[in-house]
Amino acid sequence: MMLQSAPSVSSEALLDVDNLVVEYPVGAKIVHAVSGVSLQIARGETLGLVGESGCGKSTLGRAVLQLRRPTAGRVLFDGQDLTAMQGDALRLMRRRVQLIFQDPIASLNPRRKIGDIVAEPLVIAGVKDPEKRKQLVHEVLTAVGLDPTLVVGRLPHEFSGGQCQRICIARALILNPEFIVCDEPVSALDVSIRAQILNLLEEMKGRFGLTLLFIAHDLAVVKAVSDRVAVMYLGRLCEVGPSEQLFARPAHPYTALLIEAIPVPDPDVRPTETVPVGEPPSPIAPPSGCRFRTRCPRADQRCSDEMPELRAVAPGQFVACHHPLI
Amino acid sequence: MTGNTLLSVEDVIVDLPTPRGNLRAVDRVDLTVGTGRTLGIVGESGCGKTMLSRAVLQLLPKKAKLSGRVMFDGQDLLQLPPEKLRKLRGRSLAVVFQDPMTSLNPVLTIGTQLIETLQEHLELDDATAKKRSVELLAAVGIPAPEQRLAQYPHQLSGGMRQRVAIAIALSCEPKLLIADEPTTALDVTIQAQILDLLAREQRRRHMAMIIITHDLGVVAGRTDEVAVMYAGRVVERAPTPALFKRMRMPYTEALLAALPKLDAAPHTPLPAISGRPPDPTRPLQGCSFSPRCRYAVARCQSEKPPLEAAETSAHQFACFHPIETHADANA
Repeated sequence: MMLQSAPSVSSEALLDVDNLVVEYPVGAKIVHAVSGVSLQIARGETLGLVGESGCGKSTLGRAVLQLRRPTAGRVLFDGQDLTAMQGDALRLMRRRVQLIFQDPIASLNPRRKIGDIVAEPLVIAGVKDPEKRKQLVHEVLTAVGLDPTLVVGRLPHEFSGGQCQRICIARALILNPEFIVCDEPVSALDVSIRAQILNLLEEMKGRFGLTLLFIAHDLAVVKAVSDRVAVMYLGRLCEVGPSEQLFARPAHPYTALLIEAIPVPDPDVRPTETVPVGEPPSPIAPPSGCRFRTRCPRADQRCSDEMPELRAVAPGQFVACHHPLI
Repeated sequence: MTGNTLLSVEDVIVDLPTPRGNLRAVDRVDLTVGTGRTLGIVGESGCGKTMLSRAVLQLLPKKAKLSGRVMFDGQDLLQLPPEKLRKLRGRSLAVVFQDPMTSLNPVLTIGTQLIETLQEHLELDDATAKKRSVELLAAVGIPAPEQRLAQYPHQLSGGMRQRVAIAIALSCEPKLLIADEPTTALDVTIQAQILDLLAREQRRRHMAMIIITHDLGVVAGRTDEVAVMYAGRVVERAPTPALFKRMRMPYTEALLAALPKLDAAPHTPLPAISGRPPDPTRPLQGCSFSPRCRYAVARCQSEKPPLEAAETSAHQFACFHPIETHADANA
């Protein structure tokens, strides 16, 4: 089991996820959304989590924050086990962790004014002085690049997607959290706006000393902001490694496939047309052994018999594959 | 190389009345697509690319006002009676939309939807139509096609649904296929498969295609010509290799630069385009991109630059201050 965990670059892990399992029933069947994932995120680090829809990356993000209680495993945040916490203790802990969602418009209450939306975490946290709240709201809205005087009295529908995401980021930042899970924060945004929001997240990370779990399906986006990247397939981690190293020399065939599938904005790079046909199997009945074996060009008998554990292939780079590319 | 012109869009304007005033969704657009050729239309949400494709298909909202000319295969679609138009759509003019869940009928089986299309346009008998349906599903890479005929859209994954939508679109051997963000709702590995599938079927059928997308990466390797749209207008238009080799319009350059690059180091700040597109109900007097453009001068705010040819007639752009040398956005 020791080999399964991938240590972070620094020894001081703010978040330590240990053998996390999330399963939930659908009718009489069980969806194996997350099956034994271990990872660490160092203080001040951004860990990118990539994978296709249905691979369990969002479920993992939610289970880390205890928004969905894991079936098994531990989540240590700053040394405290979140899975063992209940009620008030968990609520207090939640002030230190926040979540930013994919659809910024849907995650804002359409009937409430922006000022109230951004102040709500303060109200819940017990900041009773309205003047103090107002001052903090103004500060955080300014920080995310909005003009508070023009914004606080208006409703979400008056804003574009990019502006709504700025408001969501302001709301996530107002309690001065240490750790934010960003779940596909830019995938609903246009290219020109996406760059603005990515730059803003980077800026806020530096300014507020944040640690980020950045979940996305777009590898180029993940690479742009992450120190390390974890690749997930059907509930399990395939590969973890420093961003540049992982993109330059992917060890897992699935990582290589994801990189190859990205359309390159250069007409001289002809599309390969070698992306294997097929789709991920259902997480209700995942394949035995290596879960990627049904789509993997290198799969053999061993891959169906034996589940590969994460093991080091290069400094800081870990792969769960019997036949790695490096 | 250009061959015969299959589709020509001439001076097309689409106006949509809104409570806030008239919204000019498409503003004097001229485009052509040759037989068997592929045109990419690139732009961000709200730039008018979907409305333009709807104008071609004559599927605009009822209240929309359309002017100009849309010539397809020798016929002016704006003059065509509804009955003839209906026969044309689905037959020689097919479309694949972004979201296969909403373009397929959720209460009809895959088989019913395919067979219906085949019988409507080709007047096949039941047995032949069913046989053709199975062949089509197999051609678009759907495993166990015979069993799939009895399934409903919700029983298939997003990628499989899009394959079905493509099978329906291809069923009557169209001359032109319009693919409106065909892979935006799909995962990256599925996207690659669907784009490969479209390219393969296009070659096989010698069909013309318009790919509408917000992703310059999608058009780069898969189109003959690209038109970049901004605020309802085509702002740059060129053969694909020429465009990527030498972008002239600052918006196109900025759009490419704003994409995260796989070969850039992590935490490299992205050259974002500041601000956002103008309110389409409040058209600007000058160039629509001028408020966000770093090259803009006073003239750009007062006068609209026409879409004009540069050194070669094939490369057009609407800018008073085109980029002279290729800015190394890729380096």
